[in-house]
Amino acid sequence: MTYCSFCGKEEADGDHAFCRQRLSMIDPPRYCSECARRMVVQVTPDGWAARCSRHGEITSRP
Amino acid sequence: MTAAPEQIDVLDEAREQVLERGVGLSEAQVLKVLELPEDRIPDLLALAHQVRERWCGPEVEVEGIVSLKTGGCPEDCHFCSQSGQFPSPVRSAWLDIPGLVRAARQTRDTGATEFCIVAAVRGPDKRLLSQVRDGIKAIREDGNDIQIACSLGMLTQEQVDELVAMGVHRYNHNLETARSHFPEVVTTHSWEERWDTLRMIRDAGMEVCCGGIIGMGETLAQRAEFAVQLAELEPDEVPLNFLIPNPGTPYENYPVVEGAEALRTVGAFRLALPRTILRFAGGRELTFGDLGAKQGMLGGINAIIVGNYLTNLGRPAQQDLDMLEELSMPIKALNQTL
Repeated sequence: MTYCSFCGKEEADGDHAFCRQRLSMIDPPRYCSECARRMVVQVTPDGWAARCSRHGEITSRP
Repeated sequence: MTAAPEQIDVLDEAREQVLERGVGLSEAQVLKVLELPEDRIPDLLALAHQVRERWCGPEVEVEGIVSLKTGGCPEDCHFCSQSGQFPSPVRSAWLDIPGLVRAARQTRDTGATEFCIVAAVRGPDKRLLSQVRDGIKAIREDGNDIQIACSLGMLTQEQVDELVAMGVHRYNHNLETARSHFPEVVTTHSWEERWDTLRMIRDAGMEVCCGGIIGMGETLAQRAEFAVQLAELEPDEVPLNFLIPNPGTPYENYPVVEGAEALRTVGAFRLALPRTILRFAGGRELTFGDLGAKQGMLGGINAIIVGNYLTNLGRPAQQDLDMLEELSMPIKALNQTL
């Protein structure tokens, strides 16, 4: 099961087009896609880092 | 024979009053501008651009910002995803000193001359001020001479003096909206408390950065009221934000400000504040998209925040720098005054 990193709900549950639009434009991920925990997010001038207490850190770096 | 007052075109008035004499529009005149029909927007923007060039010059001031302390704020600013009073997904976070130094370096590398350190607090405590002091020292030790601004909420006189001693040259503290609308937006402190901090900053010799957010349910009359209240403050810089309806905040379902309305606002604020640095800040990506950003730059704006914001993301800095090059707008050099 995967979760929407914008709204934290199940990806399979409902339409996440708006969430995807926000994530593609102005929002870093806020929820862990593996467990839906709220992540600690640090935005910096040229990127972001988001840390889940269970699943670790993801960043904007490729 | 002179025309009846209602027949005088507000842009003709502005051309003589603002462009020729440098006197900002009155509240009634700003309201007229905000009510202009859509087909007059190109004329408004062209005039606002002329005013900006005449009274501020061609340079654009570029700035980067970073959140030193994110989330968990005790205040209830209804637009803010960092308030601890709303069920926002934003969690508390502190940026460490190496992270702050990196952020300042990233900002300097864009050609920016301003780097603003921001914290989501009512006002700074000893720990936060100590972090800011250590951060500024570390940025300087990194060989970075970028001008440093801070935005740490409401201040005491002692704190103002401390920031001056640290070499902070500009302080941001937004009034956010018109005085008459403020109680609808924030209930945990008053517009007057913010005003008091701003006066202390000015009196201490720091540059004053004070703006707000458009699209928080204010009427056009209140938007005009806000523009002249800012003019009365005589800030060095006015950052103009457009509401980002963030999840969990009381304003999460508010509509995004439409591009035409936003451009009218940009033009109107320039005509109210002919000599002030008018900065494109948060929300422009949603409100304008790429085309509107250019129109804004050609409609009175002479400063931008590049890169990301505090909790939201902006366009890549290079995209804005390319836009400025395309528009043949030079970037302000360090220590140059606009």
